[in-house]
Amino acid sequence: MKKILFIEDEAALQKAFSEVLRRADYKVISALDGEIALRLAKSEKPDLILLDLILPKKHGFEVLKELKEDPELKEIPVIVLTNLEKMEEVEKALALGAKTYLVKTRYNIEEILEKVKQILSQ
Amino acid sequence: MEKDFLSQLNIVGNCRKYGLPVWQCPQFLFLVMGLVIILTSVISYLVGARYIAQPETVVLIVLVLAVFLFIVGFIITRSFEKLAEASRMKSEFINIVSHQMRSPLTNIKWTFEVLSSKDFHVPREKEEEYFVNVQENIGRMVELIDDLLVVSKIEQGTFPLVKKEIELSSIIEELISRYKVFAEASNIKLNFYLGEKTTKVFSDPSLLKLVMENLIDNAVRYTPGPGKIDIHLTKKENSLLFRIQDSGVGIPESEQKYIFQKFYRAENALKRRTRGSGLGLYVCKSAIEKLGGKIWFQSKENKGTTFYFTIPI
Repeated sequence: MKKILFIEDEAALQKAFSEVLRRADYKVISALDGEIALRLAKSEKPDLILLDLILPKKHGFEVLKELKEDPELKEIPVIVLTNLEKMEEVEKALALGAKTYLVKTRYNIEEILEKVKQILSQ
Repeated sequence: MEKDFLSQLNIVGNCRKYGLPVWQCPQFLFLVMGLVIILTSVISYLVGARYIAQPETVVLIVLVLAVFLFIVGFIITRSFEKLAEASRMKSEFINIVSHQMRSPLTNIKWTFEVLSSKDFHVPREKEEEYFVNVQENIGRMVELIDDLLVVSKIEQGTFPLVKKEIELSSIIEELISRYKVFAEASNIKLNFYLGEKTTKVFSDPSLLKLVMENLIDNAVRYTPGPGKIDIHLTKKENSLLFRIQDSGVGIPESEQKYIFQKFYRAENALKRRTRGSGLGLYVCKSAIEKLGGKIWFQSKENKGTTFYFTIPI
């Protein structure tokens, strides 16, 4: 069973989408802030990371940067899942090594799930 | 076409549409400029004719007139810059607001998608949790819109001030009894010290309540328990002085100059609480200034913050 680290500080979103991922047969590890996220990434070595950007304790960009600097974690694909949608934010995330960038309000849960499946099957 | 031209002539009406006083309005200033140019030309001609034997005097007077024209021209350019700046701020405002709206909207959207999807069938007993979440997020959106409406009314100067004689201490007591539960839940002591027998002011109770509510709310949110919040109300010359001191996270020195700005949120505030419109203190400042008072603060990171405001009696 593939493991997904879902980093999202809004508890309700965290719950709703985790449920969806579990039903699709993934193991979900939840992190509500940037620091816990990094700790869990190191200890759990997930197969994929879903990362929000505006997070307590550590901004998503910092989390992404540290993930990509860690030789053990840098291969894990990261999907940025956020509501920020300025061009410079998208470019920054991709330059830091995010696999793809999804704006939450623009996608249905099913479309996001599709993206997750697609990236995990690569 | 003719109607368009005629409506252009209604300068006062047009200026009102831009929300500018007439003397700052480009159309009016252009008219003034035109009149000034005609006037200076006539004066130059008259001066030239009168002092034809003294060319130095003519040059001097024409020079003074040219400087005058230059100043009027400068004022007109400035007023255009102001209009452009106002328009830029409006677009930025819309940008930020639409972003602020997105978080609760995503919450509602996703929750409904999960609830209505056959694939992710939600068990009956869990449904209520999802509904509570929708309700909370609708509440967040309503709160944001309320804040925005207050801001926009204050900015346009259309906020109706309803002044009457009020006992400020009783409003504070009412707010304290409301916030005490939240404060105690986080092990924070909320105290009110009243230094005067009477705290009557002639002011707008709903605006004052809004300000004090924002300040108390901030103090409670940004004070990790165990901690304390002291509110003092005293007289100072012809004003009442409200002071709220907390033992909270404080405002980093480098960010202190920005905190009354619209949508500004300090770095450590974001770390404690990612929600929040960033409008609270902006509303406080606008409201207090509208009521003829002053608002300021002192703060030290990790030690606490004290906000003060005065209100004329």
